[in-house]
Amino acid sequence: MSRIDRRFAALKAAGRTGLIPFVTAGDPSPEHMVALMHALVDAGADLIELGVPFSDPMADGPVIQHASERAIEKGVGLNEVLSWVAAFRQRDAETPIVLMGYLNPVEIHGYVRFAQEAVRAGVDGVLLVDCPLEESAVLQPLRDAGLQQILLAAPTTAPARMAQLCGSAEGFLYYVSFAGITGAAHLSTGDIAARVADIRAHAKTPVAVGFGIRDAASAKAIAAFADAVVIGSALVERLAGATDAEEITVRVRAFLAPIRTALDAH
Amino acid sequence: MDVEVVPFRAQGALLHANDSMSKIVDFNAYPDAHGRFGNYGGSYVAETLMAPLAELTEAYLRLRDDPDFIAELDRDLKHYVGRPSPIYHAERLSQHVGGARILFKREDLNHTGAHKINNTVGQALVAKRMGKPRIIAETGAGQHGVASATVAARLGLKCVVYMGAVDIERQKINVYRMKLLGAEVVPVTSGSKTLKDALNEAMRDWVTNVADTFYIIGTVAGPHPYPLMVRDFNAIVGREARAQMLEQYGRLPDVLTACVGGGSNAIGLFHAFLNDADVRIVGAEAAGEGIATGHHAASLAAGRPGVLHGNRTYVLCDDNGQITETHSISAGLDYPGVGPEHAFLKDAGRADYVGVTDDEAMEAFHLLARTEGILAALESSHAVAQAIKLAREMPKDGIVLCNLSGRGDKDVHTIAAREGVEV
Repeated sequence: MSRIDRRFAALKAAGRTGLIPFVTAGDPSPEHMVALMHALVDAGADLIELGVPFSDPMADGPVIQHASERAIEKGVGLNEVLSWVAAFRQRDAETPIVLMGYLNPVEIHGYVRFAQEAVRAGVDGVLLVDCPLEESAVLQPLRDAGLQQILLAAPTTAPARMAQLCGSAEGFLYYVSFAGITGAAHLSTGDIAARVADIRAHAKTPVAVGFGIRDAASAKAIAAFADAVVIGSALVERLAGATDAEEITVRVRAFLAPIRTALDAH
Repeated sequence: MDVEVVPFRAQGALLHANDSMSKIVDFNAYPDAHGRFGNYGGSYVAETLMAPLAELTEAYLRLRDDPDFIAELDRDLKHYVGRPSPIYHAERLSQHVGGARILFKREDLNHTGAHKINNTVGQALVAKRMGKPRIIAETGAGQHGVASATVAARLGLKCVVYMGAVDIERQKINVYRMKLLGAEVVPVTSGSKTLKDALNEAMRDWVTNVADTFYIIGTVAGPHPYPLMVRDFNAIVGREARAQMLEQYGRLPDVLTACVGGGSNAIGLFHAFLNDADVRIVGAEAAGEGIATGHHAASLAAGRPGVLHGNRTYVLCDDNGQITETHSISAGLDYPGVGPEHAFLKDAGRADYVGVTDDEAMEAFHLLARTEGILAALESSHAVAQAIKLAREMPKDGIVLCNLSGRGDKDVHTIAAREGVEV
């Protein structure tokens, strides 16, 4: 059983909804990245999504675009990201880590090399936004090494294709709550609930919902029907500009604590 | 001249593609059903776009064999665009160079002044038949933006054009042209603020507004079916040119050349000749200040395989996989990727891709202006420079056919500024 599977099994046993924060690796501060990851766990994160900066993040809104640009300016690449995961693992062997990003950095790093280094560092899964199921043959070395491929499902996904995604999902299926980019729009909870209920009935994995969740109220609304909620842009925005570990920790706690409380009260 | 508009899809013969290849390749067989040209192409997009792309692919594959659609497209190309465009023997330029005959396919004479209209007329008809009332486009030099705004105005569609803030500054006249045509021009301030970022932003618009919006990509890049569809709409250039060569010269050219940014005018000229193994093909990429300086946009000559904007192709990126900023005097070639079919042709050995510097393009621009009375676009001036280099090394009875993809009116201010002239 993988670390991701174990974590979702534990959540289910406890009757809790998972909290998955997303942060862009290297933002707001490369030096304090490991401290930030521990702060996320201390504030109630069940799984961490670590964004690998990319120069052309087509699926992301302005908040994550700018975080990516800041990290790239500071020289952050896959080598740094993997070193932070390895450092994090020295103190935390339980919290699953999923790298989220785009295909080109992995392609240029080399699929086999990336797979070996990511597993050695303690990465559990990868979510490559621009690598749909149809193109995922290139990711075979990652699967062979034991990395789980997290798939996206979207409101535009047709039923037949959804069945295919449900059958191929590993770890968890990430349902994108609306057709758009990260950090945008208003949630239409009713539509999402119906779709997620349908997916949960067919998927062999838990279902996490992301895009557009930005506070305790929206997280709680989604928690009514999802196994986990993903919060990215709102958190990244909140952390922007923080310069030392203490400030980062304070901001993480202030942002995530009410969300954790709301999820647990559900 | 009186050349019939040739049928929408020409049939190619099976031939030895190239002496260096032992097997027979039918270049008309690409892409496959997944949009792959060998190792390149494909659909590298977020899940939300998979359904709209499937819908577009289904609609386009149906339309490209639909006689009504083909007839409507042919009418528009003839009466609205002004096709066929002539091939023109540049006698004084050829004499000046002192080698082979240089012929130009005059895409600069099309409505809106470049080959870009071939594609936008076609895609706009697809949009109309799919019932999409809103079109979006990205643009670098502004030629594709103008061509998109033009067809939107004609069909009564709403049009939004994304353009990098840097490009807006250096192509002011085209920005104003788009506005005159009723389009909204949205400045893009992310990343390098040029064509690649405009493409990202247009893709973000599309993913947000998929229900009512048709995205007219301006080059043979992007996810499947765009490299196929944009190539098909531009392939009229090569089909006409091939028929014109046979009719007027009784033979095919020895070598073809065209400039390559994303590569739509180049694939447009090349495609009908791909199975003609004796016709050499050379693409001219923007070498900017020289490939060795790093300030260039020569993805094929100096890049490596990667994934950008929905397809696998050659890209310019660093060891972290970050796409690098490019440089070219011509905004239309200032792009860090290239259409996947060109990547395939390079690896297959069917076409060669070489760099032409800013200085060489400028020199060719002036020489063409003075010897032939033609102001070429800065993009096309790269192809002219390459045609000159090729002709110089060839015997007098040889023929170089060069795609003069656009006219230079839009670049007059850029050229004046570079040469220290106040207009």
